[in-house]
Amino acid sequence: MDLPDDATARRAREIAGAHAGRDGALLPILHDLQAEFGHIPEAARPEIADAVNISAAELHGVISFYTDFRTAPAGRRSLRLCRAEACQAMGGAALWREVLAGLGLDEFGTTPDGRLTVEPVYCLGLCACAPAAMLDGEPLGRVTADRLSAALAGAAPC
Amino acid sequence: MLRLFLPRDAAALALGAEDVARAITAEAARRGVEVTLVRTGSRGMIWLEPLLEVERDGIRQGFGPVTPADIPALFEAGFDDHPSALGPVEDIPFLARQTRLTFARCGVTDPFDLDAYRAHGGLAGLDRARAMTPAEIVQEVTDSGLRGRGGAGFPTGVKWRTVLEARGPRKYIVCNADEGDSGSFADRMLMEGDPFALIEGMAIAARAVGADRGYVYIRSEYPHAIAAMERAAGIARAAGLLGAAARGSGAAFDIEIRVGAGAYVCGEETSLLNSIEGRRGEVRAKPPLPAHKGLFGRPTAVNNVLTLAAVPAILAQGAAAYARFGLGRSRGTIPIQIAGNARRAGLFETGFGLSLGEIVEEIAGGTASGRPVKAVQVGGPLGAYFPPALFDTPFGYEEFDGAGGLIGHAGITVFDDTADMGALARFAFEFCAEESCGKCTPCRIGAVRGAEAVDRLCAGDTGALPLLGDLCETMRAASLCALGGFTPYPVESALRHFPEEFGLGRAAAE
Repeated sequence: MDLPDDATARRAREIAGAHAGRDGALLPILHDLQAEFGHIPEAARPEIADAVNISAAELHGVISFYTDFRTAPAGRRSLRLCRAEACQAMGGAALWREVLAGLGLDEFGTTPDGRLTVEPVYCLGLCACAPAAMLDGEPLGRVTADRLSAALAGAAPC
Repeated sequence: MLRLFLPRDAAALALGAEDVARAITAEAARRGVEVTLVRTGSRGMIWLEPLLEVERDGIRQGFGPVTPADIPALFEAGFDDHPSALGPVEDIPFLARQTRLTFARCGVTDPFDLDAYRAHGGLAGLDRARAMTPAEIVQEVTDSGLRGRGGAGFPTGVKWRTVLEARGPRKYIVCNADEGDSGSFADRMLMEGDPFALIEGMAIAARAVGADRGYVYIRSEYPHAIAAMERAAGIARAAGLLGAAARGSGAAFDIEIRVGAGAYVCGEETSLLNSIEGRRGEVRAKPPLPAHKGLFGRPTAVNNVLTLAAVPAILAQGAAAYARFGLGRSRGTIPIQIAGNARRAGLFETGFGLSLGEIVEEIAGGTASGRPVKAVQVGGPLGAYFPPALFDTPFGYEEFDGAGGLIGHAGITVFDDTADMGALARFAFEFCAEESCGKCTPCRIGAVRGAEAVDRLCAGDTGALPLLGDLCETMRAASLCALGGFTPYPVESALRHFPEEFGLGRAAAE
């Protein structure tokens, strides 16, 4: 969602307001913000810091600590490939290289056309059907590069 | 009326269960057959997923793995004779050999059907606990010998007694569902397949320690488990199991589902508490123990999903019935997760005491690739690699400690002979460096230097060996939590059992 800064700030205030009175509300607020904006917009920060009564520095400390929180929008689709041990035992490392090469990426990130963001994930709990991945939130087991290409060619969610 | 059962567990979905469900609905409509399709959790036989079951004369007959293309033929054959037929599901050796206490209902019932939960033994434990004093509940759990299933193995009854005796205006039950260890998926399966068992366990724990609020902290990598727990909590609340004056007992208890944000270290209990409080997931120095000063500075019982989910059966059947299973000081059952390169990968709940070799060779059937087993890593990224030479080690807390490892959350990742042990040792350090919270120096710096030392060693510089030994010693002795403290387990076990892969003779690695 692309909004001017003041509209973003207003929306951030509303989101934070929905958690008023909740103990330890910061992570739920950040999750809600990211669900709506796809990342944590800069313009939302002062509102959030104010709502949970912490400094801008403390807020930055929290946002930067957790891998999930983005400071910039990701690609339109999301692929998370597991790189942990159980998937390595089933060829996960080679699959990772093959997938990145197929997309023309040197390392994980977003394709130049903004279509897809590829990221590593350390375990999806699908260790009995490794290697595993998550494509736009849908779990995939016994992944091969061919199966992934087929899934990526499928309809993207709106 | 045709009654079919098909899992909605994330692993089943990852293998195409949703397409199978759609095919069933379409085929039933085409034939004008009335079908009840019950979506369950998974039985844990992941190599057979999607595992479709049909109920005939009260017996569940299995078919698996099935694809959408199999469905018309299955209807045509009246769900009888088909190449994917497995016979009665509970007679499949992998399942028949188990002792399912914690996972008794997983894969059997609709996870959101509270009546089915009760009909299959659910809520009997809570009913019994309601007639007991908190001290009696704590004693029952102590007598059962239940220990923390998250990996630490601390006696649950002792922890609960500490919280019960702690004074505070408010106490908390926190369920650690931040199951980040590769090779582990039992928490996920339980939350998706039998969420009421966890809720019941938390309600009993709350009564035992005098807590009125609970949190379930689930990692964000588990969207299906999060949705299942949210839904089950709503149903439990509507039924009066949670909420103000829960179910006429007079004691209010409610839970809230909290979602992690991609930090492995938040599986450590004190960083988990910081994360719920809205802080960076940094580890806290202990003491004070969470039991004295935990969430928001109040007395808090932090327990793993499997620990809490074991409690209803203990209360329902009695401590002695649970403690009857097991080995030495490891009492009861343990849901072992067989992962990675295994022919029969999945969840196997059994009393402690099977040998590692029985689990890997007999139950798992060796590797999926058909090649020889080279090593298994037990207990996640912080667990040791065991070569086949140690496969006589019995599955128990003390027994694994004695063999230079740990059982952790009981995940076993199988590797075949193509595994690169040097690369895996390096990965252990890389992972620690990536996930370190940064609070303590041995972990934050040691992990980076450790990866460099492994690189030097593998490049032929044996001078890096003493440095690696020193680093591991420092990390083990001086890290604040298990992330830095246990990373030496995979590294040193790989080095000890496979020195030639680091360009060393056996004598050098000792």
